[in-house]
Amino acid sequence: MDMQNLTNIAYVVAAVLFILDLKMLAHPRTAVRGNRLGFIGMLIAIVATLVSGRFDWTYIILGIAIGSVIGAVAALKVKMTSMPELVGLFNGFGGAASVLVAGSALVATYSAVAAGAVAGDLQMKVATVLSGIIGSVTFFGSYVAFGKLAEFLFVKWKLHPWQRVVKYGFSLLVAAGGLWYGLSLELSPLSLVFMLSAVVIAGLLLLKNERFPGLNAIKILSAVAAVTLGVFVVLDPSNTLLYWVLVGVAGVLGVILTMSIGGADMPVVIALLNSYSGLAAASTGFVINNTVLIIAGALVGASGIILTGIMCKAMNRSLANVLFGTMGPTADTPDADEVYRTVKSASAEEVAMTLEVAQRVVIVPGYGMAVAQAQHAVRDVANFLESKSIEVEYAIHPVAGRMPGHMNVLLAEADVPYDKLKEMDEINPTMSQVDVAIVLGANDVVNPVARTDPSSPIAGMPIIDVDKARTVVVIKRSLSPGFAGIPNPLFALDNTLMFFGDGKKAMLDLLAALKEQ
Amino acid sequence: MSSLVMLITVFVLAIFVGIEIITKVPPTLHTPLMSGSNAISGITIIGALILAGVLKGQPGYSQLAQIMAFVAVIFATINVVGGFLVTHRMLKMFQRK
Repeated sequence: MDMQNLTNIAYVVAAVLFILDLKMLAHPRTAVRGNRLGFIGMLIAIVATLVSGRFDWTYIILGIAIGSVIGAVAALKVKMTSMPELVGLFNGFGGAASVLVAGSALVATYSAVAAGAVAGDLQMKVATVLSGIIGSVTFFGSYVAFGKLAEFLFVKWKLHPWQRVVKYGFSLLVAAGGLWYGLSLELSPLSLVFMLSAVVIAGLLLLKNERFPGLNAIKILSAVAAVTLGVFVVLDPSNTLLYWVLVGVAGVLGVILTMSIGGADMPVVIALLNSYSGLAAASTGFVINNTVLIIAGALVGASGIILTGIMCKAMNRSLANVLFGTMGPTADTPDADEVYRTVKSASAEEVAMTLEVAQRVVIVPGYGMAVAQAQHAVRDVANFLESKSIEVEYAIHPVAGRMPGHMNVLLAEADVPYDKLKEMDEINPTMSQVDVAIVLGANDVVNPVARTDPSSPIAGMPIIDVDKARTVVVIKRSLSPGFAGIPNPLFALDNTLMFFGDGKKAMLDLLAALKEQ
Repeated sequence: MSSLVMLITVFVLAIFVGIEIITKVPPTLHTPLMSGSNAISGITIIGALILAGVLKGQPGYSQLAQIMAFVAVIFATINVVGGFLVTHRMLKMFQRK
């Protein structure tokens, strides 16, 4: 058997291990082993590639060394609350890698053509265009998602020094890099468009507002331009500049598609970019005729699409509505002062007294728990209640937090057993048998208006029916609205107690009050 | 069968396999699923390695192509190493119970 066949068999083994990895993620008990199999699969694919030919090792070893150090440090240092930012960033790196590999293959092929080799076929050309577009949209879109999650893009407040370094540094790098490459070429309409796209990306990323008139026009213009340029690249692939203009224009599209998408819609965006990074890898597979890239990319693409669908369904919104629509109060949104007339505020002692006599308690966490880093304090309260033989469970809404499964990871970090984390559909039918529901930093996902008011922006969104519990305790800093911008009548119900304060401090106060009684 | 049709077949079948297995992942593990699949999408490293390792004088050698592939190796390695490690960290927390 020749070397090429052996390599391809190793690739099949790697692909099977990737599939097993994802399959074993079906249960927390097998998931760790699954992840290890996936890593072994990756090693097999890498080793099989490296023994399949003669290589110049300088860049290979250097690249792997640098990447390993950065990746390991990022993975070991990141806080669990910042997981959405990290995943966002990694999505972007995947996209960038695809852009560069496809670009590199294009340059390599046409420098070989110049030396007399056969030109690439249509498959390679089309796949290069797809890698360029999807990869660039993924990279710049992920940077925007990262910047929004880390709260330094499109904000008006003062930034931390590191945020300023990243924000201005990135824009400067894009603009300067674009101008440097553009000016090194002969002046032509193409080089001008390339420089323009770099400057537009850099400029957009410095805005303090995420919406401005003409946003949709730029969206459509850059999408049409990217497709048109794609056709030109297919017709004349030897012109490397065309590819870079394509990448630049797709970058504008990536920024503009992501910038106007707000906080609570982030889980959808992160899942969608995850899918794009997979599709970019798959199209790169078509560029270099490599099956393992195609299979792995298709798996990741499918995974991202499924998660995107789950997130959209959990908000009762279509993907188009998340990407292009606006979310906010409508004309007939009731006045907040009117809704909140009967709000009752409670102290830690009063809440503790309510909990003392409870038999079944359900905790509903939201993004506020992540912001306050309250997961450990929550666990302490739950442990104390359980020591008094009170049953404690957690109800997790699919879009709670900033990425799919965000709340689950935080609670797992705090040693909460996973079988206590209940899905919305599982807990809702039993809500009327719950004595106390504690809502911690969640708002729209427990707003009963979703069931009752068909004209509300969240109408039809499945919610956790905490209002059906005997008593509801809402821990929140103020009565400010959630992402949907509408008041929440839950806060003013007869059976609701508002416990105002920072999530972590409130939980610690509550624990102290419980211990005193 | 042409190689393009074969590759498309592989792609379509892999999508179906992906849909089948990923719908079985419970919501509790959706974050590790994302970081884990992120690590898998680092498979682009294969392409990056081949292109970064082209020897001088081989057909298709170009310094520009090599430097682009070198940067791609860095990005893809970050994805692979960082992705699998952070997923391991998270899954360990779920495994404790």
